[in-house]
Order: sequence, then structure tokens, then C-alpha cells
Amino acid sequence: MLRALHKFPGLIAAVLIIVMTLSGAVLSVLPAWEGAQTPARSEPGLTVATLAERVTLTYPGVEQIRRAPSGRITAFYFDNGRPGAVVIDPETGAGVADFEPSAFQRWMTNLHRSLFLGDAGRLTAAAGAGALLVLSLSGLMLTARRVGGWRNIFARLRGPLMGRLHVEVARLTVVGLLLSSITALFMTASTFDLIPQSIGPAFPAEVSGQTGAGPGNIALLRETPVKRLRELSFPYPGDPTDVFTLKTGSGSGYLDQGTGATLVWSDAGPWQRLTETIYMLHTGQGAAWLGLILGLMALGAPFMAGTGVILWVQASRARPRIKGNVAAGQADTILLVGSEGGSTWGFAATLHGALTQAGHSVHVDAMARFAPDRYTNAKRVILLAATYGEGTAPASAKGFLERLETRSEARKIPLAVLGFGDRQFPEFCGYAIHVARAAQEKGWPELMPMATIDRQSPQEFARWGRALGEVIGTPLDLSHSPAIPRSHALTLVSRRDYGADMQAPAAILRFALPKAGVFARLKGRGFGRFAPGDLLGILPDGSPVPRFYSLASGTRDRFLEICVSRHPGGLCSGQLLNLSPGGSVQGFVRHNRAFRPAHNRKPVILIGAGTGIGPLAGFARANRPGRPMHLYFGARHPDSDLFYAQELQDWQADKRLTSVTTAFSRTPSRAWVQDALRADAPRIARLIEDGAQVLVCGGRDMAAGVAEALADILIPAGLTPALLKAEARYVEDTY
Amino acid sequence: MKTLLSALALTTALTVPGLALAKPVTLTTNLNAYGGDGAYLALYVTDAQGTYMGSLWMAGGKAKYYEHLSDWYRATAGNPAEIDGITGASVGAGQQLKITLDLADALFDAGYQLHIDASVEEMRDSPSEVVVPLTTAGAGQPVPGRRYIRDFTYDM
Repeated sequence: MLRALHKFPGLIAAVLIIVMTLSGAVLSVLPAWEGAQTPARSEPGLTVATLAERVTLTYPGVEQIRRAPSGRITAFYFDNGRPGAVVIDPETGAGVADFEPSAFQRWMTNLHRSLFLGDAGRLTAAAGAGALLVLSLSGLMLTARRVGGWRNIFARLRGPLMGRLHVEVARLTVVGLLLSSITALFMTASTFDLIPQSIGPAFPAEVSGQTGAGPGNIALLRETPVKRLRELSFPYPGDPTDVFTLKTGSGSGYLDQGTGATLVWSDAGPWQRLTETIYMLHTGQGAAWLGLILGLMALGAPFMAGTGVILWVQASRARPRIKGNVAAGQADTILLVGSEGGSTWGFAATLHGALTQAGHSVHVDAMARFAPDRYTNAKRVILLAATYGEGTAPASAKGFLERLETRSEARKIPLAVLGFGDRQFPEFCGYAIHVARAAQEKGWPELMPMATIDRQSPQEFARWGRALGEVIGTPLDLSHSPAIPRSHALTLVSRRDYGADMQAPAAILRFALPKAGVFARLKGRGFGRFAPGDLLGILPDGSPVPRFYSLASGTRDRFLEICVSRHPGGLCSGQLLNLSPGGSVQGFVRHNRAFRPAHNRKPVILIGAGTGIGPLAGFARANRPGRPMHLYFGARHPDSDLFYAQELQDWQADKRLTSVTTAFSRTPSRAWVQDALRADAPRIARLIEDGAQVLVCGGRDMAAGVAEALADILIPAGLTPALLKAEARYVEDTY
Repeated sequence: MKTLLSALALTTALTVPGLALAKPVTLTTNLNAYGGDGAYLALYVTDAQGTYMGSLWMAGGKAKYYEHLSDWYRATAGNPAEIDGITGASVGAGQQLKITLDLADALFDAGYQLHIDASVEEMRDSPSEVVVPLTTAGAGQPVPGRRYIRDFTYDM
């Protein structure tokens, strides 16, 4: 609900808000500009009477003197029947320049408040301000939810860059956007007479009928400092029934031109004061510095409109559209998905379709948005949970366990957990098991025992569906074919072969970037951007399930490079290693943002073995000289599988790599990479104490050995790999 | 003033729809290209002494700006009943305002004067920019304004 409240006004009003805020930012500069051009006022005690006398001497036909909030004083006069207007130097009463309202300011003001469309435009602009207000408030609440409460509202942000930028700019500018949008709505209401208007004093019923009291003889003008003046109108020459009209910051009234007496005076009412204050807050007229700050903050809105639309496109692409998703409060079945890359959403869509066809009303949502208080009609909750890394929550399930701790409402609804994973990994379905255990401990009734799906097996899913059908009394036929991401034909440009003499063939394969037209890229069908450490999914012939390889290159390199070794009986690695330059495979990119060097200047320690060198070489290639980067690399034999041997020398020479330490297992030294680490323990401990980040890539056995070695190395420093992992200073990519 | 008004068979305005004692009069106001937003114009009638008699037309819809039509505002205290039903849009720079009203015959050649107050946002107020006696002979004669109004003509 909150997200929808943020998303839809944002998308609809994005263009409108961009126009309003950009024009507002331009206008915000004008009060300061006007102030800078106004003659400096050097007499602090100058009264309206003195000023008016000085002006009358220079311009005997003066009709009116006005003071703008910037301090600029303008006189309107008639000279021989010709109207004139000048900016006055208050010290002399002489004109310094002809007063000509700025056409640019008028044009910009009309764009800003009415889009040149009169009252319809004013209402449209007000709708834009309303949308901005709703967006600011809902965005604030979303931010509070994201960082875990209002107390943490300025906490450090985590997550993908685009989302971080969006929230970072929002936190800096939301105060200004709130102020500007609220005052804008008030001003529109005032324009349409929805705010009580103050009525000035009625014209006096009786005047003295005499003339001759110059401004210098009028007591009220002698008491009023110029600082308080708004405008002073002179009586028509030769009309004894006319009067002086004075408006100041505190009110307005009429003064007799014969006696100088104050005939009528009325103080500004509270509504008028409020209206004037709001006008000042919105325009910065009278508070130029505030105007500049608000103008600067207004620039945040176009930025957030841009990043917001990008975020929306990214999110809508990340998961399949669920047709006929029932609202949480009406559904009898709640389907919650914990997915990292998006494939589990496909299973959820299939299950949703089958249950809906069987007459159930089903609500599908991310596990991260678990909200049991809304499940008022739910008879069952089904969790489809993938596992990320070694048993941690996948992206769309972040925070689920914490919510489970605090929300007791859901524990009455029977629960089924289905885990998705890969049996090749030690923590198969680790997260799903964790969730099932937590639910059991909380006394959540079990709808059916926890089940698992290995490597997206359609057969296992169909079997689980039949079991679920028996439990709920409606036969279910789940036929799911995993959604294959949009892939592109990748053409091999070059290959470098290794390891043939050790009966362990491997190669560095370099593919050309697939070409996509501008239109395809705009529609999001281009290949997309990628960085070293991201994954290249390859779809081998004869299997719909992609295999993933770590990329050793980024978009900037203009090619795709991976390091592949042949697995005994491996379908995909076999096809890749049989590929000759000019041949092609189908592939796509999957982001792996957790595995890349942090954005700072701290040292980096890269540890890898075998083809695990791939992403590490990519990091080194993308490194800027000046950031210390140390590589520890394990291979079999320098003559056989020392991948990137030439580049490693070059990168050391141009300081992209600070040091390279190798360990060879098939030479007389018989060393593993963890042996090289232990041999270098003091330096590694020092680097990590200085804040270094450790990135490990390679086989799982090697990673375990490295973790063990590092644990020993870090004992003197009082650190552990687990502590570093919690700070994202120890990240692994293992296979 | 009340007796005078009833003698002239006036309603809120000085217009007399469909009566034999009235004739259609076209009021044409041409504005200068003064380089500003749309002008608010108040057209109203006073007697020879300048006493307000009634309003003919108000160009400009937002009551909060009426105080800048200062002569009209002073005479009426901004009372909206004075311009009920005879209010139109403001008039852009360089544009023309043309209105046709049935005016009582008794208004002409009797010393009455037609005033136009003008005002433009962010620019000077221009009360009684045009003051023209209503006479049969004066019909069709353009009268220049001082600042915003290039000329004003009434035709019978």
C-alpha cells in the first residue's frame, strides 16, 4: 500500500514535477540576484517621511513608492503626463535605473505556477505539488521502514547503488520539498479564494478637505522606518478629498493630506500574516538565502524522478507479472516468495495459476513484505524460499525472520515451506530449513512437512503439488517449465588454452559484446551493463537450465571474458571448451553485486585458485593505480595453468596490482594457496587491520582451506572471518 | 443615490435588458503591448462629481486582486455584488476587450462619466486610466489611456 502510494503518483507526476521543480530552482535564484543589484542601504534609521521627501524633490509627480522584500525601492511617477518608474537610491532619492519588470522572470513564473494555461494550469501545477507532497511523505515512511525505524533515518544505507542514490538524495532534500509543496498548495488555495482574505480598512468617510501636508509633516510617516514600508501612495494632485495610503509590514491605513492625521488604520490580521509568511517561504522574497537552499533542494526532485523510474523498471523486470493477484485481505492462500535471481517467482506464478484455477483466491508477495495482520481470510500460508550463499536470506526475503519474531498474528495459520536449492552446495536449502525450524519453534501449525526442489526440477515441483493438493482437498497439477532469461547469441573472439598436459583442459574465453540497437536498449532488451564478478549465464544445447561463470571483464572492456575448466561429464563446460573462434553460445548476465571490491580506497586482498582467477583478474584489470591490491593465486604448475601470466606481470608494472603471490601444487614445493597465505601471515594481518577487504573465488574446498588459514592468521588481531563477513569485508564466490 | 438609481431604472449594473428606454452600446478597449501579464480592468460609471453610480464590467476573476483597481475599490469597498454576473477574464497585453450592453438612454448627455481602472501584476496600478463623459456626440471617438490602454471607444 505504502509502496503503491509512492510509486503511482511518482510515475504519473514525474514529468510535471520535473517541470515545476526545475522552474522553481531557477526562480529561487532571483530574490538573491535582485538583492545583490539593489543599492546598499547605509542609513539604518531612515524613515518613510525622509525617503518620501527626497523622492518628491527629484520626482514631483510621484504617485507611489514601493519597497520590495529585497530592499529595492521603486517610485512610480508622472512627468508631463507620461508615466515613469525608477529604482530609487534611498540615500539621495534619485533614480538609479529605470524600473522594468523582468520578462524572463514573468515567463518563468507563469510556467512555474500555471504552465501558461491559466486556472486549469494552476490546478495542474497544484496537483503536481500535491503529488510531490504525497511522494515526500510516503518516501519518508518507506525510508524509515527500510532503515529500521525513524531513529535510524540517517543510518548508512546498503543495497544496490541506484536505490541508495535515490534515498540518499531524498534524505538531503525532503525537508525542502515538503516545505515547497505545502506552501505551494496553500498559495493555490489563496489564489482561488479558499483562504480568508483580509479586507483593508474602508476609505475614510470624512477628510479635512485641506491640502499641503508634505510627507515630512506626517507623524506616522516620521515614525515608520523604511524597513517596514510596503507601499506609500500619494493623493491625486488637486483632489482635496484624496488621502495618503500607507501599507507596512504591520497593516495599512489612510493619512490626511491636510492635517497629516491618521484617518483610519487597521492591523494585518492573522490570516494575512500567515499568507505573507507562506509567500515568503515559498518564493524566498524577503529570505533570499532560504530561497537558494530551497532551490537547491528542489533539484533533488528531478534526480529522484529519474532514479525512481529506473528503480521501478528494474523492479518490474525482476519478477514475472502475476495475473489476477488477489489482495492480501481477501485471499484464502498466501504465497510468499524468497528469491534472489527471480527464478522462484516463476514457480510461484505457476502455483498461483493452478490454485486459482482450482477455485482458490491467492495472494502472492515477497517474503520481505510479510504482513500477517493483513491476512484476515487466509487459511494457509505457503513459503517458496530459495537460499542465497550459505544459508542466508535471498533478496526478496530480507527481514522475514525478524518480522516472524515480532508478529504473533500469523502463527495460527497453517504453514507449508518449500525450499529451492542446489544439492551440489553444502547448505542445500539452508535458508528454507532455517525458516521452517524458526516457524516450528514459534508453534506455527504445519500444513505439510517441509519439502525441497533440487535445481528447479519440474518433476519434484509437480510431486510436491500433488501432495499439497491432497492436503487442501483440491487436485493440483503443477507443470512448470523454468522461465529462461532473455539470452543473446555470444560469439567467441579468442581463446587461450591451458592445462592440456595435466589432463585438466581449461581456457580463457573471450566473447564479443552482442550488438543491440538504440531502440532495443531503450526498451531494456540490450545486453545490459556488467562488471567483473557478475555472472554470465550460459544456456548449453540440450538443457534449459543455465550454468553460471564469473565474469573477468566489465562493460568498459567491451568484451565478455570467462575462465572455464572442463568438468568430467560436464555438458556446458564441454560445449564451451569445444567452441572455436567465430562459434557462438546463448548467454545472459546476472548481477552479483555482493562480490566486488567495496567503493573505497582501502587495500584489497584477492585470493583464488584455478579458474577462480577469472573475476579476480577482472578486478585487477579495472583497478586504478593507487589502490593497493594483492593477489594470492594457486595453480597446478607454472607451465600448465598459470592463467593470465602475462597480464599479471603487466598489471604489476603499471601498479594495478601491488603484489602477486603464487602457489603451485604440482611443483616440488607442493604448495596450496592457503600455504602462501600462512607464509605471508604478518603482512595479511596488518592489511586486514588497516581495513583491507578480502575477496575469495574458487572451489569450495579451497575456500574452506582459505577461511581456516585466515582464522589462524587473524587470531593475534582478535578478528575472525565471520566478523569480517558481517562487515562485508570477507566475501566469497565459490563453486 | 438610491432614488437616482431607481429613476434610471437601474439594477445592480446600469444595464436594462429589453427595455424600450435603452439601446445596445458596444464598449471597445484596446490594450498596449505593455509587456506584462493580463490586465484587470474595471469599467464603471460616476456622476460629474465623481460619485460612483454602478459597474458595467469587471475583466478579471480573482477578488483578491480587486484592491489594485483602487478607485473602483475605494467606491465599492470591493463588494462582489457590484459585479455579480458582469465579470469576465482578464485581458492580455495587446488584446482587445469588446462588450455590448443595453445602457439606459438617461445615462447619456446627463453629465455621467465612464471610468476604467487598470492593474497588472507586478506593475503599477492605474486607477481611472480612462475617464470619458458619456455623450451622444462622443460615441465612436477613441479616447487614449495613460499606460495600459491604447484607446477606448463606445459605439451606439
